[in-house]
Amino acid sequence: MSNDIDSLIEQLARDAAPVKRLHPPMLRAGLCIVAILSGMAVAILLFANLAVIEARADAGFLPIELVGTLGTGILATIAAFHLSLPDRSPRWALLPLPALAVWLAGSGLGCVRHFLSGAGNDWSMRSSWHCVLFICGVGLPLMVAMLLVLWRARPLAPAPVAIAGGLAAAAFAAFLLEFFHPFDISVMDLTLHAAAVGAVVWVSGVTGNRLLAKT
Amino acid sequence: MGFATDQDHRWAEMMAAAQAGDPVAYRQLLSELVPILRALVRRHGVPPMHVEDVVQDVLLTVHRVRHTYDPSLPFLPWLAAIARRRSIDLLRREGRRWAMEASDDKLETFADPSANAPTENRELQEWLGMAIAKLPPRQRKALELVKLQEMTVAEAAEASGQTQGAVKVNVHRALRAMRGLLGEG
Repeated sequence: MSNDIDSLIEQLARDAAPVKRLHPPMLRAGLCIVAILSGMAVAILLFANLAVIEARADAGFLPIELVGTLGTGILATIAAFHLSLPDRSPRWALLPLPALAVWLAGSGLGCVRHFLSGAGNDWSMRSSWHCVLFICGVGLPLMVAMLLVLWRARPLAPAPVAIAGGLAAAAFAAFLLEFFHPFDISVMDLTLHAAAVGAVVWVSGVTGNRLLAKT
Repeated sequence: MGFATDQDHRWAEMMAAAQAGDPVAYRQLLSELVPILRALVRRHGVPPMHVEDVVQDVLLTVHRVRHTYDPSLPFLPWLAAIARRRSIDLLRREGRRWAMEASDDKLETFADPSANAPTENRELQEWLGMAIAKLPPRQRKALELVKLQEMTVAEAAEASGQTQGAVKVNVHRALRAMRGLLGEG
């Protein structure tokens, strides 16, 4: 064995302070999801107009969108916690894709129905900007909190972890938005929602890649 | 239970002891892992001249992420994943360096390559100065003494008040950080 490696091992052994072992990823992801859902439940009960939500749920594709956004948030969170560990398969990154497909299908169908109803000729941005602000305003702080929790594992490949964490945060923000969005979405709404979700994921990928790489 | 399983089980126990702060078990574990790591790193296609560097990098990474190991799971897959990751990092870094060298050949502005030297040297010196300034003080000191002033490790240890082991670790970490900066640039 080379002298360099001998001295390195000696130094590392001397630095071997006790460490707090990470809990299993499913447990950590579960706690994270429960905390986020609890916060959102409080916000919905305090501020959302549930009567409008019930009317939308009966008439449209809202239940599909709710299942899609919530499913994407939950599955992306689980994926991010698994990906943050050295010995987990990169294929965990595929976990949120089925729920993401449901989310896109629900939004797309709602959008088509809105367009065919004749109300879809409105190409103005209406309240779309409020939705963008909502997704970014809720999604970005959630993303930062998520990255800080994921950083505990010191991921060796930070980019997929950061992207999965960003997708989870954006999906939870989009789920919460459904309760404050009293109308079906137009093509313009859908475009800006997608742009806002994409922005949160992109910011997470870029900043998270650097943040999670810090020792 | 086969040899491999027995061995893995023993390493898992040693790592659990290391996580609890047992330096003897940790030293023994890391020493036993070195030959395995050399084989793993070579298998990933790391050139022989870089094998020792990558093994050291893997050992440092094992130290940094040792809290992520779950002793109820096999140890070797966890170790192999880290070795694979660090081998890929080295290969990517080297690939980028080769690509940069190849593209530098095309960017010569004068027929005589030496005509570019003053500008390139000045830029390189500026970059090195900035990269060294970003290092933590102990790493910067160790790097300056060993690599720039060409002191022996023993001399650098005496001059900086660090142990010889600490000087080696700090030089290694400094070089790794600078390689990372080079990769970003």
